Amino acid sequence: MERAWRNWYLIPYAAWLVLFVIAPLVFLVYESFLDIDGQWTLANYEKVLTPIYLKMMAYSFWYALLITLASLLIGYPTAYWLTKTRHKQLWLLLLILPMWVNLLLKVYAFLGLFGTYGLANAFLQAIGVGARQLLFTDFSFVFVSVYIFIPFMVLPIFNALEELPPSLIDAARDLGASGWTTFRRVVFPLTLSGVKAGCQAVFIPALSLFMITRLIAGNRVITLGTAIEQHFLVTQDWGMGATIAVVLMIAMAVIVFLTGSGRKEGSR
Amino acid sequence: MKRTHRWGRVYLLFVFAIMYTPIGYLMYYSFNSGGTMHDFQSFTLKWYGEVLSDDRLLIIVLNTLVVALLSAAVATILGVIGALAIYYVKRQRMKNTLLALNNVLIVSPDVIIGASFLLLFTLAGIKLGFASVLLSHIAFSVPIVVLMVLPKLEEMSPTWIDAARDLGAGSRQVLSRVILPFLTPSIWAGFFMALTYSLDDFAVTFFVTGNGFSTLSVEIYSRARQGISLSINALSTLLFLFTMLLVVGYYVFSQKGGRMYGIGGRK
Repeated sequence: MERAWRNWYLIPYAAWLVLFVIAPLVFLVYESFLDIDGQWTLANYEKVLTPIYLKMMAYSFWYALLITLASLLIGYPTAYWLTKTRHKQLWLLLLILPMWVNLLLKVYAFLGLFGTYGLANAFLQAIGVGARQLLFTDFSFVFVSVYIFIPFMVLPIFNALEELPPSLIDAARDLGASGWTTFRRVVFPLTLSGVKAGCQAVFIPALSLFMITRLIAGNRVITLGTAIEQHFLVTQDWGMGATIAVVLMIAMAVIVFLTGSGRKEGSR
Repeated sequence: MKRTHRWGRVYLLFVFAIMYTPIGYLMYYSFNSGGTMHDFQSFTLKWYGEVLSDDRLLIIVLNTLVVALLSAAVATILGVIGALAIYYVKRQRMKNTLLALNNVLIVSPDVIIGASFLLLFTLAGIKLGFASVLLSHIAFSVPIVVLMVLPKLEEMSPTWIDAARDLGAGSRQVLSRVILPFLTPSIWAGFFMALTYSLDDFAVTFFVTGNGFSTLSVEIYSRARQGISLSINALSTLLFLFTMLLVVGYYVFSQKGGRMYGIGGRK
């Protein structure tokens, strides 16, 4: 009786898992061994290892790394000062509110902001730097990406900081540590789980952004995501697209494995 | 100490200014009669009129809402069932495996979810359009609901269930009278989360939408690729106000239901 009752819940859930988690991944791996005519081949994997694709992957990782580091550099102090404000939950909500604005609209806003006569150029002119081409450069790509990812970085770090017992900071101060030493030796190491969770939440999607590269960077920046989209929806070479997706997934798994399960610790 | 606080405040203000500039910029120019996102000429509401009289756009908005509400509702039911399934699994290994599989769709980049769903629907012979978009939105919302409901379930004291059983409640009554009422705030929070994920999704939808069916994100993308048009600005202002309402609703429920779990999973 007891057992049968429990299994009832597992049936629909397991069906969902098999249909929408396991099956798509299996199909993706299967497709990666097919060429454009549906014949079995290893050519896709050979192609992925040619310099063109390796270079694209290296660039993709490099940009993702830049975006992650910049988000961390901006996001950590933000989270830190947020925990010091009086109505911190409200401020946090205000900071992550832009997360709910459709991503495409935020990217679209930058088309205007970074345009030749946009606000950014007006500002640059006002401070004497002079107007310059901002759209369709790698700078604008990184800037817009960081803008979009900051809330994802702030949130886990904020949670980690909140869980830090204030007595530890008092103890460090009582033992004579300066503000900076307290931060470096006590606060930062103890919020590392949040930092890891934040970096994961930024780095992995940053590898696969394609709408930002398409809209903001012209075609100057090609990320793994752009390549997958290109193969699936433009050139219709699904096998090649699937192969890049498999490579991206392996890379992701390695990253998650290397950084540990920061997500779990962060939400504890 | 006081001084550093002041600098902290300046820093925060700066970050907030950056976060809100693009949104404010969009809204401001939605009232520009000039037709560009620079050189504000005079105040006008014509872009709003254009949005509201654009039948195609209104149908797309309706599509998006229908997909979001339906997928969030189904995903919430499936997600609650999933959370209960994981909760009742006693073996730790099995539990961890289920949780790991649950999280696959949360950590996967959208492009991969989109591409693999496209393969799935093509191989399964499902025509790309409303059905495929709805199915994929349900699929990627389920794990979020599970993650929002499960912690609450684990928080529940098992003695409640024992007590209900001792008092003669059947398993159905335990579920409807004890477990579900206790979970209600987190179920609502999960529903709102699923709703926002669905409304916000672009990449997955872009892959599985095919011709003829479109959601707002996909439509904005294709319009934005053609350059600036202030009706998008007007639309975004309207959307922002609508989102604010949703967020307030979500905030109220999540304050009741505990922490904001699960946010920060995707973009």
